[in-house]
Amino acid sequence: MSATPNLVEEVLKQEQDHASGSPRATLPAPKLCLQDLSLHYRAADRSKLLALDKINLQVSAGEFLCIVGPSGCGKSTLLYLIAGLHEPSSGKVLMDGKVVERTGTDRIMIFQEHGLFPWLTVEENVEFGMKMKGIKKAERREQTHEYLKMVHLQKFQKSYIHQLSGGMRQRVAIARALATEPDVLLMDEPFAALDAQTRDLLHDELERIWAKTGRTIVFVTHNVREAVRLGDRVAVFTFRPGRVKREYKIDLPRPRHLEDAAVAGTAREILNDLREEIDKSLAAEYESGVQR
Amino acid sequence: MKRAARQFAFYALLLGAWWLIARLHIWPPYIVPPPVDVYNALKDGFEDHSLLIAIGVSSRHMLLGYGISVILGMFLGISLAASQYLEETVGGLLVSLQSMPSICWLPLAVLWFGLSENAILFVIVMGSTLSVTISMETGRKQMPKIYSMAGRNLGARKWNLFYYVLLPASMPYIITGLKQGWAFAWRSLFAGEMLSLSLGLGQRLNAGRDNNDMPQVIAVMILIVAIGYIVDGWFFRSVERRLHHKWGLLPST
Repeated sequence: MSATPNLVEEVLKQEQDHASGSPRATLPAPKLCLQDLSLHYRAADRSKLLALDKINLQVSAGEFLCIVGPSGCGKSTLLYLIAGLHEPSSGKVLMDGKVVERTGTDRIMIFQEHGLFPWLTVEENVEFGMKMKGIKKAERREQTHEYLKMVHLQKFQKSYIHQLSGGMRQRVAIARALATEPDVLLMDEPFAALDAQTRDLLHDELERIWAKTGRTIVFVTHNVREAVRLGDRVAVFTFRPGRVKREYKIDLPRPRHLEDAAVAGTAREILNDLREEIDKSLAAEYESGVQR
Repeated sequence: MKRAARQFAFYALLLGAWWLIARLHIWPPYIVPPPVDVYNALKDGFEDHSLLIAIGVSSRHMLLGYGISVILGMFLGISLAASQYLEETVGGLLVSLQSMPSICWLPLAVLWFGLSENAILFVIVMGSTLSVTISMETGRKQMPKIYSMAGRNLGARKWNLFYYVLLPASMPYIITGLKQGWAFAWRSLFAGEMLSLSLGLGQRLNAGRDNNDMPQVIAVMILIVAIGYIVDGWFFRSVERRLHHKWGLLPST
């Protein structure tokens, strides 16, 4: 754990070296770099609450990073900070070495509640980002069909969102995110509200899309097995304030399955680590329940 | 089909009861006229064009008054949404003014504008602007935050965010506001027209009273209900239905 700050310094040094054109520059700079990222917010009783405490994390280009933690550990908040939808209290987010100051289509969120627009058709939802970019209609349509094909929804292009199942909605959300050609996909418990079968299918589909497009993915979940199933690396967060407790490199061969013994074994190991934090989160919940 | 039959039977029954009560002569015909007198009053009114003119004049008042209300109400709603200060001050005032029945604006309107068309328009505007404003306010407050988040995330900013995300996202509330505004304007219209010399439907109603002409009073009342129903039931409801279909907010039946 104590090694983390050194790692940041090293990376920063690499970046400087990169700038000065030294031979060490051959090492790839991280796609995303979170430096001492903290966020306070005011709770209902006006007290100051520390949601995230000096987060330091790097994500390499094309990496699939999963973040697990108990509810209330600020893991979703972290994605909002990376997306530029929230501002950090201190610290910064670097994307390709540049400080993130606001939203940008190089970082696209996929929300748990999908956030699709009910007044638009599937097709219009997918092309929304391109439209905001000012891409011409003919090109938009062509791209849209490409991405809808990728998530196997080309037959539903004219449907409205409410006509789709939960799993289909998330696939539209994925297509909509990909259509803006982001470098980084930020996924906030996207499959948490889905049934187990649909989730299995979407895991396979996401893995395939990730392999095909080579996007960088930061995937937040409270499901450790899902994290091990998908991630190249899993970062465990502590309960309030959110800190990086430990990082696990997942070297299991792909494609993986949720039922693989190796996946289950690794998940158990991580879960033991996480147990303590989940207990804290539950204790806090019970306590606030008593107060009410 | 069954539903239409049931409705037809109900109105036939209602008409029959009316005919029967008038026929029994419990009250004199100038208090309870038989249906046929009312029908004749309607027929005469359309034949001598007096009711057509009245409908035309009232429609003009509605279009002008309601049009001003919608523009003003939306403008106010957007201003309130844009500024916390305005919302806390002007917003509170508007809610309290909304509790004022529109007929209470009439004395003030007459003193300011005289017995003129402007007084009528003023009453309509005061009666319906606020409900448009308040619905827009509610729309902004109740609209799920995720739409604006998702919009910003996908690169929509400022005008684009407003036009392509916030506006359509609050459309259900805006439609409700327009519908309510219409209902209030329609009520205020007659409060205004009954007083002044406008040749509108409200004035026809009042003329019926002055001439002790009960069939005419009832004829105009039926006309007011019918027009109100056509606009509300056909126009607004079909707009709403289309929106609900798109959004998947279909009623459970």
